[in-house]
Amino acid sequence: MTNTLPGTAETAAPTTETLPLGRALNAGLRKAMSDDPRVVLLGEDIATLGGVFRVTEGLKTEFGAKRVIDTPLAESGIIGACIGLAMRGFRPVAEIQFDGFIFPGFDQITSQLAKLTARHEGTMPFPVVIRVPYGGHIGAVEHHQESPEAYFAHTAGLRSVSPSTPHDAYWMIQEAIQSNDPIMFFEPKSRYWPKGPVDFTAPGAPLHASRVVRTGTEVTVLGHGAMVSVLLQAAEIAAEEGISIEVVDLRSLSPVDYGPILESVRKTGRLVIAQEAPQNASIASEIASTVAEKAFYSLEAPVLRVSGFDTPFPPAKLESVYLPDADRVLEAVDRALAY
Amino acid sequence: MSFDTTSHAAPSTAPSAGAQPETVQLLDPAGVLQENDRTAEFLPTIEALSDETLRQFHRDMVLTRRFDDEAGNLQRQGQLALWVPSHGQEAAQVGSARASRPQDHLFPSYREHAVGMVRGIDPVDVVRLLRGNTHGGWNPAERQNFHLYTLVIGSQTLHATGYALGITLDGDYATGDPERDTAVITYFGDGATSQGDVSEAFVFAASFQTPEVFFLQNNQWAISVPVATQSRTSLHLRGEGFGIPSTQIDGNDVLASYAVTLRDLDAARSGGGPRFIEALTYRIGAHTTSDDPTKYRTDAELQSWIARDPIVRYEAYLRGRGESDSFFAAVEEEANDLANDVRVRTLALEKPSTDLIFDNVYSEPHPRIDEQKEWLSHYESSFGESA
Repeated sequence: MTNTLPGTAETAAPTTETLPLGRALNAGLRKAMSDDPRVVLLGEDIATLGGVFRVTEGLKTEFGAKRVIDTPLAESGIIGACIGLAMRGFRPVAEIQFDGFIFPGFDQITSQLAKLTARHEGTMPFPVVIRVPYGGHIGAVEHHQESPEAYFAHTAGLRSVSPSTPHDAYWMIQEAIQSNDPIMFFEPKSRYWPKGPVDFTAPGAPLHASRVVRTGTEVTVLGHGAMVSVLLQAAEIAAEEGISIEVVDLRSLSPVDYGPILESVRKTGRLVIAQEAPQNASIASEIASTVAEKAFYSLEAPVLRVSGFDTPFPPAKLESVYLPDADRVLEAVDRALAY
Repeated sequence: MSFDTTSHAAPSTAPSAGAQPETVQLLDPAGVLQENDRTAEFLPTIEALSDETLRQFHRDMVLTRRFDDEAGNLQRQGQLALWVPSHGQEAAQVGSARASRPQDHLFPSYREHAVGMVRGIDPVDVVRLLRGNTHGGWNPAERQNFHLYTLVIGSQTLHATGYALGITLDGDYATGDPERDTAVITYFGDGATSQGDVSEAFVFAASFQTPEVFFLQNNQWAISVPVATQSRTSLHLRGEGFGIPSTQIDGNDVLASYAVTLRDLDAARSGGGPRFIEALTYRIGAHTTSDDPTKYRTDAELQSWIARDPIVRYEAYLRGRGESDSFFAAVEEEANDLANDVRVRTLALEKPSTDLIFDNVYSEPHPRIDEQKEWLSHYESSFGESA
């Protein structure tokens, strides 16, 4: 990465690099650790191995084994230890190896971490980031392709975010670490490898902002993480058919930034929300309900959801049927336009 | 010391795993100091205590018990939603708490009223918690690092271990500086030993050799379930199984609690890794005021433990050393004054502001919380002055 300082751009090397999302996260973690000596990383296989997805590769060598800590194989222990470290004034960043392994740590996250700020009545912040590689598209075994975001969005005291691009990954991980609140950081693991530009001098949008990433006029489609690339693909196909789709990247799952969403819906009159997670009691359900309340008179059609089915994530040979793709999104777009 | 778990060797200072030392008892139930091979290690610690410190142990135990009784009365009179009695466990708590240094951090479960009072909490703050006025009660930084009560069984052992891990990252142990070297005590009960979090805390503490004392009050009952249902082995053997040197003590003996905790805290703060103490004691009262212990335990068992009361035993010891009636009378009077003060201030507690629902859910502004707080404010004001 380049090290351009503010004000030296005139003669400095280019400030943008093309990186895969996983490497952008690695660069963001490195920057956060360089900026603040209280940032420590904990997780299974993250130090010597660099994580099963190599997101923390090289950081132990650079920062030492006191700042990149291989833990015993115990998710509740990892979260509980992060809580104690936060009480000591550290800014711990935990890696949960796969989405489906978050649940052994669920009690420490929801009953302890999420509630401790309120329990301390403002006398102690809990700046803990929990990184969770989530979602499908990688052909993995059971418990390795899930989308558990809604459990955490439902829990007061937590914030949840999910980057969709390398640029956002680089900046959002740093902003999450700087936040004084506990943050669930959902990394779209199928997007770890595709490359994209990262500008090391200019953040994208604030951590909790949603953002229009393609403008259109007839239908708004909304999603986060890996779904954003599916939505852009759907918008491209629709454009060839003469349908203008606006794509919104949710970015923050809790709290949701409704400003750009409502503005878009008031323009297009139609909203399709896509997610990998099951539909029942999901983030898409919550947004659909809120948009129906706040933009009722702008809507030309009911808000539609395109989700995983309300089943366990299927065996990998069936994941392409389970996961919403551009065709499933466009099927919903067509239904919205038919009203 | 290494944080690279791939290179951890077994700590050379650890006694051989599986060792089963006898229970440490310095005062027998009659209050007679025990001088034998098992106690020899600890007697110099006791001999070094000033008369004032010895009196303080008694005062701590009596004040806590009187407060505990008064809070139970307040619950029965409808002033508290619930009370969690500590009666019978005062020696384990006072001895261990008095062994800690000001910089140490203490992570309680929810029955550690005596520990909290030693570390300077206002007892009314515990009352506020159990009256339904708060989920917290105090700022640990203003209460000599006595952390908040934790109601989910065993969760705090991981917080304590994470805190102790942080001490090692900061290097605030094993420096030889008595005002810098810091240790952690985490309190938990026999029921908690069945929780996965407690086992995970043992694993993390052993792996990272944290400066930490696991202080188990085995009060024999997890609500209605006896300790035999939690474990078929003596619980201090659990610690040994994780590679944590462990000691079983008579938990109704304040001197044993003090001396063994002091030794283990010093070992932990000087880089010796974690220690485990199992204090054998008994919950004389109910689990909480919602409980009826006559449904699951016998009066004979209760009476056998009342005969081993920690305060009676210690008073006999102090009288044997020549302590005067006037001292005990003065402590009694102080305890009554404390109870009266707690009662008066409890009755004066006001309902918390509705702001408490919303404020501090997050450390930083949160639009959804702000919106709902504002909505409630408008809603409540819509009823006008008569509401």
